[in-house]
Amino acid sequence: MSTFFTAALNRAERLSRILLSLPPGLYLLLFFAVPSLMMLFASFRFSGEYGGLAPWYYIDDGGITLDLTLENWQRLFETDIYLSLLIKSLAYALVTTLICVLMAYPIALMIARSQKRYRDLLLLLVILPFWSNFLVRIYAWMIIFSPQGALTAALNAVTSSFGLEPISLMFSSTAVIVCLVYVHLPFMILPLYANLEKHDHRLLDAAQDLGANRFQCFWLITWPLSLPGIYAGAVLVFIPSLGIFAIPDLLGGTDGIMIGNVIKQQFVESRDWPFGSVLSLVLTAITLVLVLVAAKLGSPAGENNGKK
Amino acid sequence: MARNSAYPSKFLIAAGSLVYLFLYVPLAVVVLFSFNDSKLNAEWVGFTWKWYHKLFQNGDILHAAANSLIIATISALLATVLGTLAGLSIYRFRQKWLSALVLGPIAMPDILIGVSLLLMFILFNATLGMTSIILAHVSFCIGFVALAVQSRLSGMDQSLVEAARDLGATPLQAFRLVTLPLLKPGIIAGGMMAFTLSIDDFVITFFTAGVGSSTLPLEIYSMVKIAVTPEVNAVSTLLMLVTLVLITALSRISPMVLRN
Repeated sequence: MSTFFTAALNRAERLSRILLSLPPGLYLLLFFAVPSLMMLFASFRFSGEYGGLAPWYYIDDGGITLDLTLENWQRLFETDIYLSLLIKSLAYALVTTLICVLMAYPIALMIARSQKRYRDLLLLLVILPFWSNFLVRIYAWMIIFSPQGALTAALNAVTSSFGLEPISLMFSSTAVIVCLVYVHLPFMILPLYANLEKHDHRLLDAAQDLGANRFQCFWLITWPLSLPGIYAGAVLVFIPSLGIFAIPDLLGGTDGIMIGNVIKQQFVESRDWPFGSVLSLVLTAITLVLVLVAAKLGSPAGENNGKK
Repeated sequence: MARNSAYPSKFLIAAGSLVYLFLYVPLAVVVLFSFNDSKLNAEWVGFTWKWYHKLFQNGDILHAAANSLIIATISALLATVLGTLAGLSIYRFRQKWLSALVLGPIAMPDILIGVSLLLMFILFNATLGMTSIILAHVSFCIGFVALAVQSRLSGMDQSLVEAARDLGATPLQAFRLVTLPLLKPGIIAGGMMAFTLSIDDFVITFFTAGVGSSTLPLEIYSMVKIAVTPEVNAVSTLLMLVTLVLITALSRISPMVLRN
């Protein structure tokens, strides 16, 4: 092939590379990367007199003086309010993830062991509620947990028969966690099912032939092989649970608030953007670490076992 | 001897069914009470259409629904174009940087995307409204379209393109006549996914919306904040119906996207 032809081909290749990647690349640079960097910068600025941000430099006779500060970051550690709130949010997300594993396992395993022709339908039934609007799904629990609701009445009939004080489900951490589980459960079921479906059932048959009972079959074969699916699901449940503000806002009352509520509050109500940025960046850092850990755990090396 | 691995045990079926109940009972409650002739969502009184009648006289909700439709349509179109380009580019040239940019908004919690865009829009003196919402929605929808396109590309037989090239097609012809038609279901599915995500989004819209640009989820949020009324049940039920129709259409076009 002549060198001219190769050069022309390379040029066409380079051109197509630019034409394809530039529009989405620029768009995401402008509407994802730049805002993130601006937030990083904002965390070192002073807040403005009426909310927003103060100028980050001022010009006097000596020239330009920068007006930046570490104050916002120090504020994070001045009281233990924010750190304990962060720990509480992490705990909520962790409990949510664990409950999701417990609830997702039977349903995912049931679908994986059903006959092939039913699997798609059973799976679709898992996905359907997840496509209904996020707020509708929260609203459903506002009805169920409402003080006039049947559930509260039934529970209080039980507690009063034991001579206990009536309880309220609404505006509690229980309500927040139940709703967090409800909203995120499909994110655990789907990756877990995708993993379980690929298991080689001959492994279980062999174990059974060698005298293992059902529990041993599960604990020694199915469970360890399903770990990559659980890790994948855990990330998909944990990260969005951690940043949520609508659920605590509507169901949590004052006890149930999470880090997302404080971030929202800093940006919308008290308009302290620099501190809001600090809190957002802490959340970003946690998310990045979790994504990297999950990428390590879910790497092909850990996933190739037990596949057909 | 019966094989344990071949069928779900009775325990599994019972536990699995309970989880299905957990998934559906709350939504059933919402639907049921939307037809209930009582202002309280507490006990069944009698059947009525009145909450739906009220809904269609509620100017705010109708306006918000129109906003939602406009925003979702434009966002989906823009995201489909940009996402398809991104998907092709990442698949063809293995660009890690683009892949990170595309997946970033999917991996980050919504609230972070929302507040950082709010910060930027205000600092650039942009007025918050439909435009800012659309710009924000496109940024998180691109990734989903790109993923749908990539998964379609990786399932495609590359020898078809090579065959076209061997038979004398230019790279552009091979793309237009072979790759693009094969890619179409992936592109359409990605676009519909973007539409659904945009019309459903609450968190990012919450931070990037301005006066008069309220969408349906924002309207539901402000209604629910004030009081729980059966009108919310009615609008929720209608919203579920619309999503159901969209999903059915989506599964007809491209069953594989639902599974990803």
